[in-house]
Amino acid sequence: MSLDPSVPPQGAAEARPPGRRDLLRLRQEIPRHVFTAAGVVVPLALLALWWGVTALGLVRPLFLPSPGAVLAEGWRQASEGILLQDAAVSVYRIMIGWLAATVVAVPVGILMGNYRLIEGALEPFISVVRYMPIVALIPLTILWAGIGDMQKIVILFLGTFFQQTLMIMDNVKNIDLSLIRAGQTLGFSDREILRRIILPAASPGIWDTLRITVGWTWTYLVVAELVAANEGLGRRIMDAQRYLATDTIVWGTLFIGFLGLVTDWAFKRAGRRLFRWNAPVRG
Amino acid sequence: MTTDPRAKVVISGLRKTFEVDGAALTAIERIDLSIPAQQFVSIVGTSGCGKSTLLNMVGGLDRPSGGRILIDGAPVTGPGRDRGFVFQSYTLFEWMTVSGNIRFALEKSALPRSEKEALVGHFIEAVGLRGFENAYPKQLSGGMRQRVAIARALVYRPSILLMDEPFGALDAQTRGMMQELLLKVWEEHRVTVLFVTHDVDEAIFLADRVIILASRPGRVKRDIAVDLPRPRAFDLVTEPRFMALKREILAEIREETLKVMAADLSAGRG
Ligand SMILES: Nc1ncnc2c1ncn2[C@@H]1O[C@H](COP(=O)(O)OP(=O)(O)OP(=O)(O)O)[C@@H](O)[C@H]1O
Ligand SMILES: [Mg+2]
Repeated sequence: MSLDPSVPPQGAAEARPPGRRDLLRLRQEIPRHVFTAAGVVVPLALLALWWGVTALGLVRPLFLPSPGAVLAEGWRQASEGILLQDAAVSVYRIMIGWLAATVVAVPVGILMGNYRLIEGALEPFISVVRYMPIVALIPLTILWAGIGDMQKIVILFLGTFFQQTLMIMDNVKNIDLSLIRAGQTLGFSDREILRRIILPAASPGIWDTLRITVGWTWTYLVVAELVAANEGLGRRIMDAQRYLATDTIVWGTLFIGFLGLVTDWAFKRAGRRLFRWNAPVRG
Repeated sequence: MTTDPRAKVVISGLRKTFEVDGAALTAIERIDLSIPAQQFVSIVGTSGCGKSTLLNMVGGLDRPSGGRILIDGAPVTGPGRDRGFVFQSYTLFEWMTVSGNIRFALEKSALPRSEKEALVGHFIEAVGLRGFENAYPKQLSGGMRQRVAIARALVYRPSILLMDEPFGALDAQTRGMMQELLLKVWEEHRVTVLFVTHDVDEAIFLADRVIILASRPGRVKRDIAVDLPRPRAFDLVTEPRFMALKREILAEIREETLKVMAADLSAGRG
């Protein structure tokens, strides 16, 4: 840490607190605590604005409930056990949908990134499909998979798989070609190079893709639970629409966002442990 | 030009064209060259004259469009463990440690485990990386990474070492140290070296022979013997004989560069 040249030596910087101009320099590093504080201040300011607007009665609670009302709704759901039940059902669907997509997308993406024939065969198809609106596929998925959990999982799969495959293909393509050539000069076969050089070289990028795409799976939750669901975080929100229970809607949305954030954080942490060799070195 | 069939590497009538936007681009028109075993050959020339293309074909990473390359009398059909390659970009396997990278190169050899470990240790020592066995490439400086790459290319005991601007990305001081280190290792392990560089000082300092390629399309323009004694020390570059060679080579390259610029201008590309 102390070897980091971007941290100014103590004394010089300590003597004079950074002025406003120092904080807004093109691509310039800023003190870590300022960086963190900025990230806390903005949500807090939005929260204060929200609270102020509702406390002053500037908008009707029907349009925007107060933070207190939203928290109370969250508390109600938690104490009645609905929250945990909804979360469990939704997390299960997301995990299975995302895992199913990943299990197929990783090998397919890797093959597409390495063999032009497979890329040529699949890329046009995937590129078209990924623009199709998933909501429009709900009737079909019901026909195929019924109205149980499976249908929700199919929607989550469809929402995740195609983008994920193309991104993994790119991850694989982005590795340095000379790594492959180095493998060839050392006498390794194509298969060995694929498994022992291309795969590990691409794995930090693939991991990042998995992290980003699990976020997309979360965003498809409401779509997945749009039809024929009795429980789930997304279902709760759609039900609330009927009764204009805006506090339930806002709570549900924020809670989904929060769970997404936790997932993202877990992925980042695991990635740092898995790929220690890839840690950026400072100094 | 006649080629000696007994040489280590014999290149005859070598030609390479690439297809670019449907048109054929001749990268190498014709190269004839024979290189005796254990010779250190530098290859210089203006950018785009086909140096990397030549090296890749000797390495078996690229196929000639015409002519042939013989190594010990046998034609090159692909990469092989009789040749080691060091690239300009750092091509270490970043998920392996320093010793892991070097050990990986020995995986395809039939040596007993203990002998492999001894070789790994020997080459780590030879390139001055003792103490860094368990470091990951990202933790190393550019010069140290290229030392690992050199050790990795030599550890399986190829008889030919192909180096494509291996020190091109290093600062001048580090580069000087690396040149001395390379010579030291080479004195001990006498392999045939084909060394591509942009740096005329480097070309002369290292080599027994400097090949100047003419560009667009690539041909051998001059083949100059470096009659300087070995072992060589860094202050060689100030000696009159060295400077005379340097003047001669620089003049040849300058002439080529001017030709390329004139051609670009008349083609409206300059
Ligand atoms: N894969 C390729 N496809 C098309 N053209 C290529 C390819 N590889 C090289 N060329 C062309 O062949 C010529 C020789 O390229 P090469 O890379 O061998 O030059 P070089 O002497 O190594 O140049 P530099 O000093 O810049 O590395 C150039 O005109 C280049 O554009
Ligand atoms: Mg080159």
